Amino acid sequence: MTWWPVLAVSGGAYGLKLLGVVLAGRLDPDLAERWSLETIVVPVLAGLILVQTLTTADRYVIDARTPALLVAAVLVWRQAPFVIIAIAAAGTAAILRLIA
Amino acid sequence: MIGSMARDPVLRNALSLGVATCVYAVSFGVLSVTAGFSVSQTCVLSLVTFTGASQLTFVSVIGAGGGVAGALPPALLLAGRNAIYALSLKQVVSGSWLRRAVRAQAVIDETTAMAHAQPTLTAKRRAFDVTAVCMYVAWNSGTLAGALAGQALGDPREYGLDAVFPAIFLALIAPQLRRPGAPRAAVAGAIIALALVPLAPAGVPILASVLGAAPTLLASRRRTGRSR
Repeated sequence: MTWWPVLAVSGGAYGLKLLGVVLAGRLDPDLAERWSLETIVVPVLAGLILVQTLTTADRYVIDARTPALLVAAVLVWRQAPFVIIAIAAAGTAAILRLIA
Repeated sequence: MIGSMARDPVLRNALSLGVATCVYAVSFGVLSVTAGFSVSQTCVLSLVTFTGASQLTFVSVIGAGGGVAGALPPALLLAGRNAIYALSLKQVVSGSWLRRAVRAQAVIDETTAMAHAQPTLTAKRRAFDVTAVCMYVAWNSGTLAGALAGQALGDPREYGLDAVFPAIFLALIAPQLRRPGAPRAAVAGAIIALALVPLAPAGVPILASVLGAAPTLLASRRRTGRSR
């Protein structure tokens, strides 16, 4: 394999991160505060959670990940420690896959 | 040392993310070498690209014979959300140009979610940096291990590790849902992303989910506008 694909994807991915950081630095602080810019992460993470749980490639899939997220949701609601939430989610998915 | 680590929730959380990430990195290493990349190319991919979903997509498409032209667009679309994250981290990633250039590399899902889950700017900066170091070490050591001799570990899904990331992101997003307009933005973002999955190329659904914040942003602008 030649190096140029490696450099293209690496440079592109870092470039996008840097672009965001540079744009953030140029934003008028007043505007940033008024628009409560932190809110933009909420829908992106919400989208990420459901895409990671309910889809494979471009299809909707209900599998062991769904009950694992439901277990996690209950534990989050009960304010369980992070590590417990991670272990419970992994354990639920692993056990369901083992049975199936 | 173990005791003080256990008492520091940010470090503890970052370490549990690191463990799951490390196993994923091993499978990336295996996949990349199988797709025809050398060990050093695989390591450069992780050291410089450092964004898991893009890397996995890139080597999978090339491994499946899709070519660089087929692999590059989805990989970069998946990386595009990091630019959105960087905007939201305006105050966290500020500082000298060198610091900003280094922190830019660490703007990924995990560091962003960990930073935003903290109450103060100092805590956000620390959570960002601690998570960044854990993730960078985990991702790159796992990649090297996988590229050299990873076949033995098997598929991380067998251990349910694919379910860990959404579970942790849910835990990190939960405290932020108390902000006015945030629940509405979360639901809108989730609906936009899910609706686009069968229609749009990989990466686009999550990028587009940022539009879920539009009504909340416009409303907050109008509110502050009126109070002036």
